Amino acid sequence: MTGVRRALPWLALTLLVALPGFAGKFYIDLFAKIMIMAVFAMSLDLLVGFTGLVSLGHAAFFGLAGYTLVLSAPDKYTAASLWTSLPLAVAASTLLALAIGALALRTRGVYFIMVTLAFSQLVYFVFHDTKLGGGSDGAYIYARPKAQLGPWTPIDLGDGTQFYYVVLAILVVAFAFLRVLLASRFGHALSGIRSNEQRMRALGFDTYAYKLAAFAIAGALAGVAGYFAAIQFGFVNPEMLSWHESANVLLMVILGGSGTAFGAIVGAFAFILLEDAFSLATRHWLLLMGGFVIAAVMLLPGGLASAGERWRHRATASSDG
Amino acid sequence: MDLSIFLIQVLNSVQYGLTLFLVASGLTLIFGIMGVINLAHGSFYMLGAYAAYTLTSLTGNLFLAIAPGVALAIVFGYVLEWIFVSFLYERSHLQQVLLTYGLILVFEDLRSLAVGDDVHGVAVPAALSASIPLGSTMTYPVYNLCISAACLVVAALLFVLLRHTRLGMMIRAGASNREMVRSLGIDVGMLFRIVFALGVALAAFAGMVAAPASSVYPGMGNQVLILCFVVVVIGGIGSVTGALVAALLIGFVDTFGKVFLPDYSGALVYLLMAVVLVWRPAGLFRETTA
Amino acid sequence: MAETALLARGLTRRFGGLAAVRDVSLALKRGSIHALIGPNGAGKSTLVNLLSGELAPSEGTILLEGRAIAGMPPYRIARLGVGRTFQRSNVFRDMTALENCRLAAQARHPRSWALHERAQACGPSIEAASRALAAVELGPRASVIAAALSHGERRALEIAMCLATEPAVLLLDEPLAGMGPEESQRVLALLRRLRTGRAMLLVEHDMDAVFALADVITVMADGVVLASGTPEAVRNDAAVREAYLGEALTA
Repeated sequence: MTGVRRALPWLALTLLVALPGFAGKFYIDLFAKIMIMAVFAMSLDLLVGFTGLVSLGHAAFFGLAGYTLVLSAPDKYTAASLWTSLPLAVAASTLLALAIGALALRTRGVYFIMVTLAFSQLVYFVFHDTKLGGGSDGAYIYARPKAQLGPWTPIDLGDGTQFYYVVLAILVVAFAFLRVLLASRFGHALSGIRSNEQRMRALGFDTYAYKLAAFAIAGALAGVAGYFAAIQFGFVNPEMLSWHESANVLLMVILGGSGTAFGAIVGAFAFILLEDAFSLATRHWLLLMGGFVIAAVMLLPGGLASAGERWRHRATASSDG
Repeated sequence: MDLSIFLIQVLNSVQYGLTLFLVASGLTLIFGIMGVINLAHGSFYMLGAYAAYTLTSLTGNLFLAIAPGVALAIVFGYVLEWIFVSFLYERSHLQQVLLTYGLILVFEDLRSLAVGDDVHGVAVPAALSASIPLGSTMTYPVYNLCISAACLVVAALLFVLLRHTRLGMMIRAGASNREMVRSLGIDVGMLFRIVFALGVALAAFAGMVAAPASSVYPGMGNQVLILCFVVVVIGGIGSVTGALVAALLIGFVDTFGKVFLPDYSGALVYLLMAVVLVWRPAGLFRETTA
Repeated sequence: MAETALLARGLTRRFGGLAAVRDVSLALKRGSIHALIGPNGAGKSTLVNLLSGELAPSEGTILLEGRAIAGMPPYRIARLGVGRTFQRSNVFRDMTALENCRLAAQARHPRSWALHERAQACGPSIEAASRALAAVELGPRASVIAAALSHGERRALEIAMCLATEPAVLLLDEPLAGMGPEESQRVLALLRRLRTGRAMLLVEHDMDAVFALADVITVMADGVVLASGTPEAVRNDAAVREAYLGEALTA
């Protein structure tokens, strides 16, 4: 990475840390939302960019965590404890990811895309059609989880600025975790699977196990994002599990450039800011969004951040015997 | 369950299955031959239904709407392939998924601009608005039988096309080996355009013909799309026979599921898919891939 | 003395009603090069896929150093000591030659749970990779991206990747395909060097190379073995001459 590219993440971090100092509540909340989606996008990048698994059902893990928070509150108006509800939500997402992954990873390529979509629809229907989480209306979160440890309450998630910093900390930790993963043996094995899975198997790697592990980790991380998203929205509804959500997060990954983890963060920023701009501009903003997506795919295959190297190497495939 | 109710459910299952088959056959052909995963396929069904509504309002009769509707669909498919879809050949699945998702958004809003977001009904043509008696107390709408009949006819025509014509032979060859088709000197670009237009026409026709029986509403394309994916996964990519079997299977599971387990009927189809996946990860009728 | 590293007996593989391979037996001994020849459609690739696990046999047994491996998934067979190259170079095109081999070496000691350890800092796998690259004389090209290597260099890289996994058995599917005379000579010399301590199976169409290199030759046609033995014996076998070699080989 060149000097400028290396400095970018640090620059971004500095700006994000300083933001509440000079911005008003609107921007603090907006950027908290963007950072949560950035974690969601990074979790999908682990699958798409690192491992080469295109999943169209990632919102299932995002939404399930939110629903788990709602379902784990003692009653509607009592707050859950952060220290129990967060691990529970992440555990639920991870288990779902293991279950779906175990079956979906028996398929490859296009089948895999379609199967992940169908399974997330299954989860969507469970919450939409049954009374489990309030059906199609969803449920409100009247009281944000309390971060109480005995007599001491270190963080008040109800305070916008504190919530912002908690989310920022999670973003930083998640990013660092993924960078470490990318550089580890496990991460290199995932790259090998993305590059040439048959070769990996012929070398002695149990690629199914690696992919399942990546799927579970990605699901867990999406669960973390979903938990905090639910807190910020103040409610959960089946739309959090919809395939539109899955398609949107996939778009964030490609917008920013897949495979670097940082690209996903850039993509999340770009997508949400664009979405807000378009919907303010016109009632028919879907047209603008759709047109933008089509143009992005046709004109910017490498995404905004530089994953261009990867695509360029694929394109230089000489006809080989 | 008494016999006439059972018979009604069987007829409903067949109708549902055959309609789904028409839409899914297009999807499986487009993927099998052109290697493109097309998320916008459900939109063609939706556009067909809305076209039926619009054209029927204009001409006064659904019959008069079908021919122009299908013709429009073919032209639309041809142009769409030429401008956007051809870009997607040899591209990564990720790009295909996203570009066709963009198309869904565009189609949604274009439809919204053209005819609005209201839910509509399409009148059953007067000639077919009778009901036939089933047993001593139940009746069944003649039009629903006609839907099944129409789908069967089109399905039969499709099979004849695929198995007994030169075009069909090229399509089947292309489904298993694109390179070979190219090296035989066949204009692959034209073949793809025809296949894509065919797929669009099949989906639009299904939407038009089924419109009087179900309502015409904005989200109908998305629901059909996902079911089509399940059909293709169960039936095997590129296999039209597989799509038929899978679509009928889904028709029965869904219809009888709604009767016996109404709360979980939405989930049953996906459970079926999970079961098939455990048993045959490449679908029931996988085409031998080159 | 050479011992049998891989023993296949009565291998049959059917696709629908068709037997692509029928009752084929084969023994690969350490320190010897066993060539597999035959016309297109003879079943050679199917046989290699059966030995490496890409396909499961319909009938028959395969023993790798005494252990039954028929029906095991490819990755388990690979881990037990079988390395293979493919007809079309199967490498990681977007990685450097060194990283290709390093990843291969990692297969021996995956330590996947050690997330905190950087792969590039893994001494043993990097050393194994360097040694493998040196063995195929690709040392100077270590930091070149695989897609930028020449065709012949990629074939050599694939062999190096196999070496990095320290296999007891090497299955090479047309290693000389698409190579000019100079490169072929280099690869031939390499294959001769690699013979020590390993059992090698070579599928090849280049008859000069085969007769120059092989210690044992098996000839297949239509899914069955026509003849198997020393190059001399095969050259003089009537059935083989008729079916395959024709007048091309007037020895």
